[in-house]
Amino acid sequence: MSKYTEDDLKIELETKEYEYGFYTDIASDTFPVGLNEDIVRAISHRKEEPLWMMHWRIEAFRAWEKMVEPEWANVHYQKPDFQAISYYSAPLSKAKYESLDEVDPELLETFKKLGISIDEQKMLSGVAMDIVVDSVSVATTFKKTLGEKGIIFCSISEAIREYPELVQKYLGSVVPQKDNFYAALNSAVFSDGSFCYIPKGVRCPMELSTYFRINQAGTGQFERTLVIADEGSYVSYLEGCTAPSRDENQLHAAVVELIAMDDAEIKYSTVQNWYPGNKEGKGGVFNFVTKRGLCEKNAKISWTQVETGSAVTWKYPSCILKGDNSVGEFYSIAVTNNFQQADTGTKMIHIGKNTKSTIISKGISAGKSHNSYRGLVKVGPNADNARNFSQCDSLLMGNNCSANTFPYIESKNPSAKIEHEATTSKIGEDQVFYCNQRGIPTEKAIALIVNGFSKDVLNKLPMEFAVEAQKLLEISLEGSVG
Amino acid sequence: MLSIKNLHASIGDKEILKGINLEVKAGEIHAIMGPNGAGKSTLSAVIAGNDTYEVTKGEILLENEDISELAPEERAHKGVFLSFQYPVEIPGVSVTNFMRTAINETRKANGQPEMPANEMLKVIREKSELLEIDRKFLSRSLNEGFSGGEKKRNEIFQMAMLEPKLAILDETDSGLDIDALRIVANGVNKLKSDKNAIIVITHYQRLLDYIVPDFVHVLYNGKIVKSGGKELAYELEEKGYDWIKQEQEA
Repeated sequence: MSKYTEDDLKIELETKEYEYGFYTDIASDTFPVGLNEDIVRAISHRKEEPLWMMHWRIEAFRAWEKMVEPEWANVHYQKPDFQAISYYSAPLSKAKYESLDEVDPELLETFKKLGISIDEQKMLSGVAMDIVVDSVSVATTFKKTLGEKGIIFCSISEAIREYPELVQKYLGSVVPQKDNFYAALNSAVFSDGSFCYIPKGVRCPMELSTYFRINQAGTGQFERTLVIADEGSYVSYLEGCTAPSRDENQLHAAVVELIAMDDAEIKYSTVQNWYPGNKEGKGGVFNFVTKRGLCEKNAKISWTQVETGSAVTWKYPSCILKGDNSVGEFYSIAVTNNFQQADTGTKMIHIGKNTKSTIISKGISAGKSHNSYRGLVKVGPNADNARNFSQCDSLLMGNNCSANTFPYIESKNPSAKIEHEATTSKIGEDQVFYCNQRGIPTEKAIALIVNGFSKDVLNKLPMEFAVEAQKLLEISLEGSVG
Repeated sequence: MLSIKNLHASIGDKEILKGINLEVKAGEIHAIMGPNGAGKSTLSAVIAGNDTYEVTKGEILLENEDISELAPEERAHKGVFLSFQYPVEIPGVSVTNFMRTAINETRKANGQPEMPANEMLKVIREKSELLEIDRKFLSRSLNEGFSGGEKKRNEIFQMAMLEPKLAILDETDSGLDIDALRIVANGVNKLKSDKNAIIVITHYQRLLDYIVPDFVHVLYNGKIVKSGGKELAYELEEKGYDWIKQEQEA
């Protein structure tokens, strides 16, 4: 029989290793496991932070100690043992490099495997990259071009040292230290992350991009990102992630804060493909992230995310529409396969008048995975004429996965208009056969159907990201039709 | 071109095709007619390789090669095309994108490089003009919200793009008004050559006024019970299928 059946396909794919599952052997400087006030102090000290920063961290740590890990999400997992994690790990070669030649060749090899050629990125795409490997930035490019416009794009550690007044003013202003369990933990121990400031009236001439990557066994990564778009400015920020495979679960608890001042616009795009665990559901990254943006008058924030990775995802990029006429958008594709669990969505908090929000969520579930959309649309008493449109579509493959939608709506203003649409569909055998008949093999057919399903969101991604995202969708869903 | 020998096929325990024999040569148009439930659509699905049906006996030879064990896409790569009676919708995938994928997958399977984008555009322009298709239509999602006529015309457009050796048109006339029927039939006639063959499956003689067959076969109860020239279609139209039924039961 030359016929290649779906079962053959399944077997082939189940045995397929995680594409990015390799480990780079770079000598690391890693803290002992465990967390207490001394560790928090040591992190701050190691990073040569000012005193106010250390106090800020300790305040967060003390709050965290009194908090309980939340359980309301529609996910089930073994809670991490916070005393078994090392909270700081940096590649030993700590110097900032002037050129790529000085960068640890093993590290460059890692990037190569990931398909991230810095050279290419430099030359072709005009993307300035601030690469975060195990918590410390090792390469920053295009800084000069940005500098000429007065744009600051650097690691958060550098920002704390170089631009303390900006950091002190805005850090925690959107996601306070005590916001939630994981935000508090992040505030106490965040190791590095990115900082971006766009001055008044400046349109950032290129997409700003950071590749995050967890690289050291047993080190949780606690990224902290702060993006400030001053009045009338514009920036598009890309965040892409991969992690090598590990047997134990790795914890990732990032915090991202966006501040869009009057008339400013921030576009924040994420492609997340951390290790999802193997086909038995062993291993994989826990991705517990707090992302929130604040919109002042006439400002706009768009979150676009393609989530294909992690064993457990728990993430709700949100917009606080404080200023009148401000706009919030959330475009999401969340893919789960095998035993992955995702509980993701957004919060749109309408405070100002004439505020508008749009939510487009596409959930794709395969294997034995669980995929939930959870979203809150809240309209405050002064948010006259607030508008929201939400659309949540789910695509199921096979009979063992599930999709849930939890839309919460709270309106305290009678002039608010809130629309919610939801659909659930399944990839049909007839669709696959139709594609087959035209010469398109099953695997490709599924990719095509899924891409079509996700098109509304893929279209919102910057070009270079859209291609990567489509590839990711294909990789994540190979062999999952049932 | 196509040679079907003693073909039996079942769905579950139910045998639907009970020994089909059919010879189709390059350059020929064959019409297969028959009452509802005779097995016409099953025959087209089985030739295309739909695994809902199980071939229990017999063989399907395409240019002397048995294709009955091949996956549907492999048959497509070898030049089998089925114009579906009910084309499916694929939301978010444009006609152009779908065609580009289909053509390039076929080329890949046949060891050819991908078709360059400019050539693709040229072919699309040519074929859409041939079939009087507004190119705006090609950026719409495949079959989504298409009228019955648009769906069928789109099937023939795909046939034009893929240039199959063997095209099976399954009830392409159903759901078409007379104008749409004429456009679709004209398209098929323009695509016909001495290098390809066409099998037209239909209930009614109507379509055969436009696509004139060289041979007409009557399928009844899973077998071809009568074959003839195009005059057989007129005879059927006049006498109705009861004539066949009575003959068979007599």
